[in-house]
Amino acid sequence: MTPGDAILTAIFLPLVGAVFIVLLGSRPNLREAVTLGTAGLLFLTVVSLIPAVLAGDRPATEPFQAIPNFPLVFVVEPLGMVFATIASSLWILTSIYSIGYMRGNDEHNQTRFYVSFAIALSSTMGIAFSGNLFTLFVFYEVLTLSTYPLVTHHGDSAAKQGGRTYVGLLLSTSIGFLLVAILWTWVLTGTIDFTNGGILTGKVDGAMAAVLLFLYMYGIGKAALMPIHRWLPAAMVAPTPVSALLHAVAVVKAGVFCVVKVIVYIFGLDFLSETGANQWLIYMAAFTLLSASLIAMRKDNLKARLAYSTVSQLSYVILGAALATPLAAIGAGMHIAMHAFGKITLFFCAGAIYTALHKTEISDMRGIGRQMPITMAAFFIGALSVTGLPPLGGAWSKWYMMLGAAETGELLIVGVFIVSSLLNVAYLMPIVAAAFFQPDGDPAAQSVGAAAAPTGIKEAPLPCLIPLCLTALGCIALFFFADQIYAFLTPIAAKPG
Amino acid sequence: MIATHLPVLQVVVPLIAAPTCILLRGKNWAFMLALLATWAAFAMSCMLLARVLDDGVISYELGGWAAPWGIEYRIDLVNAYVLVIVSGISSAVIAYTRQSMLLEFVREREYLFYSSYLLCLTGLLGVTITGDAFNLFVFLEISSLSSYVLISLGPDRRALTAAYQYLVMGTIGATFIVIGVGLLYHATGTLNMVDLGARLPAAGYDRVVVAAFAFLTIGAALKLALFPLHLWLPNAYTYAPSSVSAFLAATATKVAVYILLRFFFTVFGAEFSFETLPTAVPLMVLAIIAMFAASTVAIFQVNVKRLLAYSSVAQIGYMILGLSLVTVGGLTATILHLFNHALMKGALFLVMGCVYYRLKSVHIDGFAGLGRRMPWTMAAFVAGGLSLIGVPLTAGFISKWQLVLAALDSGLWWIALLVVLSSLLAVVYVWRVVEKAYFEPPPAGHDKVEEAPLSMLIPTWTLVCANIYFGIDAELTVGVAQRAAVELFGGVQ
Repeated sequence: MTPGDAILTAIFLPLVGAVFIVLLGSRPNLREAVTLGTAGLLFLTVVSLIPAVLAGDRPATEPFQAIPNFPLVFVVEPLGMVFATIASSLWILTSIYSIGYMRGNDEHNQTRFYVSFAIALSSTMGIAFSGNLFTLFVFYEVLTLSTYPLVTHHGDSAAKQGGRTYVGLLLSTSIGFLLVAILWTWVLTGTIDFTNGGILTGKVDGAMAAVLLFLYMYGIGKAALMPIHRWLPAAMVAPTPVSALLHAVAVVKAGVFCVVKVIVYIFGLDFLSETGANQWLIYMAAFTLLSASLIAMRKDNLKARLAYSTVSQLSYVILGAALATPLAAIGAGMHIAMHAFGKITLFFCAGAIYTALHKTEISDMRGIGRQMPITMAAFFIGALSVTGLPPLGGAWSKWYMMLGAAETGELLIVGVFIVSSLLNVAYLMPIVAAAFFQPDGDPAAQSVGAAAAPTGIKEAPLPCLIPLCLTALGCIALFFFADQIYAFLTPIAAKPG
Repeated sequence: MIATHLPVLQVVVPLIAAPTCILLRGKNWAFMLALLATWAAFAMSCMLLARVLDDGVISYELGGWAAPWGIEYRIDLVNAYVLVIVSGISSAVIAYTRQSMLLEFVREREYLFYSSYLLCLTGLLGVTITGDAFNLFVFLEISSLSSYVLISLGPDRRALTAAYQYLVMGTIGATFIVIGVGLLYHATGTLNMVDLGARLPAAGYDRVVVAAFAFLTIGAALKLALFPLHLWLPNAYTYAPSSVSAFLAATATKVAVYILLRFFFTVFGAEFSFETLPTAVPLMVLAIIAMFAASTVAIFQVNVKRLLAYSSVAQIGYMILGLSLVTVGGLTATILHLFNHALMKGALFLVMGCVYYRLKSVHIDGFAGLGRRMPWTMAAFVAGGLSLIGVPLTAGFISKWQLVLAALDSGLWWIALLVVLSSLLAVVYVWRVVEKAYFEPPPAGHDKVEEAPLSMLIPTWTLVCANIYFGIDAELTVGVAQRAAVELFGGVQ
């Protein structure tokens, strides 16, 4: 299989899987086997591309010309490679987890669920490997639409409302801003290919570049830059596996991935820092970062808190890219990977708690550490990684982004990073502390003096438990492999030629 | 032999088939004949398009009388393209009509329906293929008169008033066109459109020619339902039988747009139409108002067919907007959207027919729970709706891409923004129906509602698949549209 074929396989494999899932809809065990098999094969296909990229190649394929001048092009570059590897590897774990969760909670319409999931993964691969803005846009929209049935899975009026916000915001921003930005780029430069060093240099002046950057940043609604972050908490009406993979990994990461890609390959880091078109974005991202953390602190629903935490963490990536220095941009790329593992662990834990104890509110989670010690230990690891403490993966990406900020002399931004890390501690750690150190049960029962009955271990089913342990271990492993990822991502900031 | 006479056969085959249908009134013969004639017309138009693509313009002298004295059928890329649209959509619709007519029309008089359908098709094909301005008017009247009949066949008595309303407006439009043609004849002494284009500069653009231009523009605008001359359209599409709505929405307005293009570019020439006379700006303003006003009105409709009808008025705005940019890119977008809009509106109106077939109503409340009851029908609606919104991998996306690109190319970024903003209104009205169908439980008494019959689903899905196919591989459609646009501009230089 040539690398070109491997790229197409990565995109079509989940679609083929989807067809089989539909055909086997009435036989759940076979259906789930197809999902797992597809996920495994997809991962292998994606991984098979890594050596070529490591060697400095950029495998590419151009299946056909969709519109004259605008072909569908797929190119594998380091950033996309990292994104595709994370998404495909976490799909395997999420699939195992979904099987446990969906069966444990006896969900309806499971076939539709797995089909939409497979299509979403196919479009995620398309985004990761897109070689020009046209291809990126096409798959970006497919991802939005294929995840709509997942978000609205429950089919009640809350799901309908959440779905409306989800599709409404994502579609309107992408059609309203991103499409215009892409075509404007084409009119200005005559190309929409992702190119090292950017394509806008010398084509627009600073003020125009800032406007164009605005169109891009708010066009990519999936990056959840305030004030268009509302879709993300709204999407939390979805079943937890969806929130886990899509709203901690695939969808939101597709958003920030597009942001980094546009900044690095369309604007170019040098062009941005010379024109100063990135200034507004730095402050907007910093604002989002802090205010989303503050909102997260006030949310009692665990998934809502995690959702706002995601909004905040996404802005780390945007901020890293916006600083427009090689260090910060690479740090932003790394943060896509680090945060993915950390956040998916947290979502898995949230789902496990719901499956085992049917609890969704943080105030009800006192003392559950005794019932679910493994889950809460994993939660602790995930929380530390999201906060950015060693020895966990999240430490490195934040470190590089802070270095980048210091390098540009933006001391205010360094301060923002520090304050925000403290806020992370403030909204994540109390959950862990309460789970382990506070007595469980409601306070009223305590006050009448009823002795806290020793509760036995009550973990979620194994298919839920294993994936969350693996992702927690992944957070630790990433700390030690950070160097490799850094080296792998270095070419993205290289000058052309 | 047949190949040389292909242009005239394109019109003659449905024309002969129409009265023959009346003779073959027994059993299925009328339907079979209509089906065969329509499909033959489609095949011929595809052959014509292939020939024009290879060899360039085809000129056919009717009865051997040389142009400009005799009537000339003149086929260049523009009308070859429109011929394919018209005959292609009618081929899909005709296969669908039989089952849907069962319900909406008396079986014994079915042959009359096929006869008028074929006459309407003849008229539309004739308007498109002819190179003679007066002949164009004649065919336009054939298609209009038969379409009044078709609309009045609607299941509801309001169809009669709708047809009457259309008759009044359509007659005014046709009269304006014939007055325009007469004035042109007075000024130049010829009726052949290419010849007109050659002689008008010599004859001088005096007040007569300007009047002719005004009459023709208004006449065509009435027929194509340009805001604010669209008032006949919503009622006509709402109360006509669904298959007729699909047929007319996808073909009649497209042919009217073609007439406008033909007169602007071939007869009067782009220079006179847009530089001497200030045509572009009023057209642009009206197009933008149409895009927003009609889409906004569509949002508040409770009859889904009416919703789609207003959406048509908005979509016609896109076509006229492309034209009003007066660039090759803008014209490409217009010609392309003729094709793509025919596909999506055709598909959506056929879906309406499926729903009506089962529910006897297309009121939005009836759609509740249909996602489960009629999964294929509603999936077709979703696909067609996404195309209407302009989501990637659908034909509608390609149209929008080209239109926004053309606007930005002309430096009119605010036009580009208005286009995308107005398409967001489509999200609202499409989603209203989608949410109804998928999130609300079916009302009591709808337990027995089941999927539409296969003979209706297959034509519907043929159009839906075409929507998706031409959204993925648009090289053909965009390529032909681009060449046609260049040809229209080149015709005057």
